[in-house]
Amino acid sequence: MTPPLVRPPRKNPILRTRLPNLPPGGRSRVALGLTAAAALGRFELQVCRDCGTVQYPPREACRACLSHRLDWRAQDGAGELVSATLLHHSNELFYRERMPWRLGLVKLDCGPLIVAHLHGDCAPAPARVRVSLNLDRAGLAALVALPEKDTPNMADDRQLREMTCDPKFRKVLITDAKTALGQALVEAVVAAGADLVWAGHAEAWKKPPGFERLSAIPQVSLLPLDLTDSRAVKQLAGEIGGRVDILINTADYHRNFGISGREGIETARAEMDINYFGLLRLAQEFAPAMRARGADGQSSAVAWVNILSVFALSNFPPHGTYSASKAAALSLAQCLRAELAPAGVRVINIFPGPLDDEWNQSLPPPKIAPTRLAADIVAALRGGGEDVFPGDIAQDWLARWRDNPKALERELAAMPHQ
Amino acid sequence: MSQTRTAYEDIVVACPVTVPYVRYSIRGAHWFLAAALAELLKRAGLAKDKLDGLTVSSFTLAPDTAVGLTQHLGLTLRWLDHIPMGGASGIVALRRAARAVQCGDANAVACLAGDTNHTHSFRLNLATFSQFARDAVYPYGSGGANASFAFLTAYYMRTYGANAEDFGKICVAQRANALKFPFALMKKPLTLDDYLSARPIAEPLRLYDCVMPCAGAEAFLVLRRGAAERLGLPYARILATIERHNAFPDDPIQYRGGWTLDRDELYAQACLGPQDVDVLATYDDYPVITLMQIEDLGFCKKGDGPNFLRRESFTAEGSFPLNTSGGLLSVGQAGAAGGFLGLVEIVRQVTGQQLGAKVQGARIGLASGFGMINYDRGLCSGAAVLAAGTEQ
Repeated sequence: MTPPLVRPPRKNPILRTRLPNLPPGGRSRVALGLTAAAALGRFELQVCRDCGTVQYPPREACRACLSHRLDWRAQDGAGELVSATLLHHSNELFYRERMPWRLGLVKLDCGPLIVAHLHGDCAPAPARVRVSLNLDRAGLAALVALPEKDTPNMADDRQLREMTCDPKFRKVLITDAKTALGQALVEAVVAAGADLVWAGHAEAWKKPPGFERLSAIPQVSLLPLDLTDSRAVKQLAGEIGGRVDILINTADYHRNFGISGREGIETARAEMDINYFGLLRLAQEFAPAMRARGADGQSSAVAWVNILSVFALSNFPPHGTYSASKAAALSLAQCLRAELAPAGVRVINIFPGPLDDEWNQSLPPPKIAPTRLAADIVAALRGGGEDVFPGDIAQDWLARWRDNPKALERELAAMPHQ
Repeated sequence: MSQTRTAYEDIVVACPVTVPYVRYSIRGAHWFLAAALAELLKRAGLAKDKLDGLTVSSFTLAPDTAVGLTQHLGLTLRWLDHIPMGGASGIVALRRAARAVQCGDANAVACLAGDTNHTHSFRLNLATFSQFARDAVYPYGSGGANASFAFLTAYYMRTYGANAEDFGKICVAQRANALKFPFALMKKPLTLDDYLSARPIAEPLRLYDCVMPCAGAEAFLVLRRGAAERLGLPYARILATIERHNAFPDDPIQYRGGWTLDRDELYAQACLGPQDVDVLATYDDYPVITLMQIEDLGFCKKGDGPNFLRRESFTAEGSFPLNTSGGLLSVGQAGAAGGFLGLVEIVRQVTGQQLGAKVQGARIGLASGFGMINYDRGLCSGAAVLAAGTEQ
């Protein structure tokens, strides 16, 4: 069984920081269908629409009936470990630095045979396993065979930790910890075993309810942070940037109305200043150090989390300028993802539906509670995806958007303005 | 739906050629293929413009194929084939060439296989070996064929009770053969203790279970018996051949290969049985695959391999002469030439042209090929039974 992870010793400042290397990156376009599923935290394989045969590796035509009509469909991943090996030699630097490495050959109950990374708690072959789909450090889909039932300290498995962004023993910056979500997230990340949480707060004179409580948590360090202040962001990055393993950007400026409900552009500019330029300022100052620390031992820099909005996918006219600022942030996050990719640092975008807070007061339920959203963010860090749609509304909008984005545009336009 | 296969009648194989192997080379694949062809023509006493057929097998010839090689080497041909089938290339080239000569499409076909090995080429070849390998195997640990054969070896050991000593016996015997073979890269004796104490590569595989990639080339000439006799060339007759691709696709792991489907026809066409084979060459990049060929070609029953290994001895002088040049495991794996090595050695043994250990009285030889780990298993299998052309 996997031993519990122990707190890593203080970093020896004399030793050179290990440079990031990545697992092999080449994939055929059709194989990226697997990555599309993994990004959403789903396990999908191609299924033939004509004969029902499940396919793997990804391909262009059905291996049974030659049909081209292959659809990506959810699979449950149950299977039998047929054989296993412990690799002591690899042709790629990423694995050479992480030897030995366990691999398994698994016959899925749904049909195909797969090669998978093999969790250390899987019993010797033959054994029942369940296969999950994670993104690896190259940001590409990787199959991981897990023990059939959860084991203690399962997340601490050395190989699995290379596929996740687990906060355990990591240092986390939460850019705005004053909101209900920010506070819930600080507590959730501490509960997940974070070593240190920097809890940012702008406008220190405001004392929101509950905020005092955070300062009593030993792992939490409160620090002033205003994302509209370029110089302050730069200064803070100079102080702590080289130690941040996970950055969670919770800063958010949210006002109602679309174009005609308001005079001038000042509110829209304020939204952009936090939601878009705030992200840009953070990225310019914090990303370089994280990029350098993508393979810095057991607690390397590992993830950048953006709290976007499901409104980023398709404009919600009652919150029109806010939607636009989140769409801008989404686009920038894709750029950031590309720039952090060579370091293996994952950019996780969270697309919540309306949060149950003051700025969504007039939206009908269901709305997502801040504590629930915080739990989903921690789950995303522990999981293997990069695009997270927490809550029923977000899932509903995602399904509509994937099915027919034009229909969603019309549906959102038809919702009553307030 | 078995049909009688047309006999090869007077189609023969001659001029077994090996271009000495080197671990790394700064030359291109063309260099090795040219050297093989030059040596083959010299040995045959054949002018370059008398050659009218060619097959080429190589992993490192890109961006060229056999077509580009014709211009590179100044060949004008009326029959040409590119055979990218790795460890089955030799058998498949023999089959293609023999029918071409038999049907009059060519008079003499030179079958070439060769590869270079730059310090990076093995890794680059692994990373882009096939679409399935690139998408679904190489990203998982990047162990290459070692990992695939580790799965297979672990499964075989668990299912049929083989142990490390069994596989070690093959490696040790082949090394003994290799010490007498001038082109073998492995020059040091290997004991079972050396084998067992070697470092693990991909458990349960150890260092000496794994082939060493290198550069080199192999070649042979397919022609009519009369032509061989006019040229004064010792030759081997082709009694029977088989090939099969993607056999048993639904087996959960490759515990048997295509030989199982075709061996009855092989022996029927050759009018003999496995007991009549004097010398066997398997495709032996890992010992487990040699054992699978021994089983699937009917030398023992499926699963009886471990007993067979314990019962027999495998040097050229032993009870079951196997890979008498030393095989890939001790000569080296020169890319696609690895698919020719065994066949070329069988031609030498049955024509009395051996360079190293001699199998006394060898008249019937069987060469087996296995190639192309496209995803989780080798897709190509083949075999050829050759007989001494004349009394020695």
